[in-house]
Amino acid sequence: MARPENLLYSKSHEWVRVEGELATVGITDYAQEQLGDVVMVELPAVGRQLTAGQEMGTVESVKAVSEVFAPISGEVVEVNSELEAHPELVNQDPFGAGWLVKVKVREVPSDLLDAAAYEEFVAEEGGH
Amino acid sequence: MSSAPAKRTPLYPVHVASGAKMVHFAGWEMPVQYRGVLEEHRAVRTRVGLFDVSHMGELEVVGRRALDFVQYVTCNDASRLVPGRAQYSGLMTPRGTFVDDLLVHMVSPERFLLVVNAANKDKDYAYLCAQAPAFDQVEVYDRSAEYAQLAIQGPLAEAVLQKLTSVTLSEIKYYRFVEGDVAAVRGIIARTGYTGEDGFEVYLPAAKAAEVWQALMQAGAEHGIQPCGLGARDTLRFEACMPLYGQDIDDTTTPFEAGLDWIVKLEKGPFLGREALIQQRNAGIKRKLVGFAMLGKGIPRHGYPLLHGSEEVGVVTSGTMSPTLGKALGLGYLPVALATPGTEVWVDIRGQRVPAQVVEIPFYRRKK
Repeated sequence: MARPENLLYSKSHEWVRVEGELATVGITDYAQEQLGDVVMVELPAVGRQLTAGQEMGTVESVKAVSEVFAPISGEVVEVNSELEAHPELVNQDPFGAGWLVKVKVREVPSDLLDAAAYEEFVAEEGGH
Repeated sequence: MSSAPAKRTPLYPVHVASGAKMVHFAGWEMPVQYRGVLEEHRAVRTRVGLFDVSHMGELEVVGRRALDFVQYVTCNDASRLVPGRAQYSGLMTPRGTFVDDLLVHMVSPERFLLVVNAANKDKDYAYLCAQAPAFDQVEVYDRSAEYAQLAIQGPLAEAVLQKLTSVTLSEIKYYRFVEGDVAAVRGIIARTGYTGEDGFEVYLPAAKAAEVWQALMQAGAEHGIQPCGLGARDTLRFEACMPLYGQDIDDTTTPFEAGLDWIVKLEKGPFLGREALIQQRNAGIKRKLVGFAMLGKGIPRHGYPLLHGSEEVGVVTSGTMSPTLGKALGLGYLPVALATPGTEVWVDIRGQRVPAQVVEIPFYRRKK
């Protein structure tokens, strides 16, 4: 799957789309592929203050638990409640319907990667 | 884990060519999934799945006193076997705990084929060799490298396999085996499995494994056969509550604690661990392997603590989101007083106490 150009990426395989003061966060196609079938998603409560680089939730496959780290700092204003009943959306559409949270941005770290840099990072890490 | 390079089964090139995701398991490079654990799991429950389980160990016990030897090292009663029958059993320490769990196949009273866990094969072989000198005329051979093992499992397994063999499969009952041909390759066909479904495990010369695999895939195409990896193998065996060595049982647990009383035959005569097991039977077990269902949100995983009140009373040995039942389920050891179905306990899921309830096992039992 092509990695959308207009997103920023973390080295822990989250993506973030910043639009004005709001940002949408999810995990990347590479991350969902590594995980396999997602069967449960645990998201932060609305109102929680996220700090970039700190755990904000978990995504679980049949086999394992994977932590999701906040790629940016800010307040959670919405969570994707569809994932409660349909966690498989994270596999099917990681950059779209499988988004995790929307955040009122406080700070965007300067070390997030653009699409090309993330592509290179994944190639080095996974040999893809 | 040893630092030796991972071993590969004869089917490794086939797995890679068909896009399987490979992982390291018990010193082997094995397919964990082809299309996804859930899809593969469903294929086995509803149609048919094909597994490469060539990592499993095959040890042969040969000699005039082979039966006596097998009786001495395992806890089930091998004298109840006749040629062509297999038995689930435990290889026992003197403490009555598991060196391994295994399948004992009686080829003849003087020849047994023991199928053991990949991770334990070298340990088992050394253990058997150490016991063998006490029995004159018993030899133990490690045949693991010579055999490939394929498991074809699911309600349509017989229909698919029948297309490729002259053996009348309907005549092979559960836990029986015959020597026979599969796709013109001579091997052993056993009606056994580790999925909770009907099916067969086929032992073949390693060099012929790839051609038999391809033949089975072709024969099964019209039945929707799905190649399956270790991921689905684990979720399938978990729902059927077949124990996994290293998680649900190990050399600290006894068959009584694991709920495997039916494989312990104390009356059969002397065997390793018998005294310890008699003592435990008389004194009563203190903990028991139970199944539980989550009442709150969360998936129990191996190693998570089990709580009662504020006290840590046990540990989760296996757990997942059950694909068939759609519920988060677990297996774990609890004190006997808390092992009754209906008892409420808590699972410490990464620092959060989540309620769960002890339930009857197995979680899944196929309709016959």
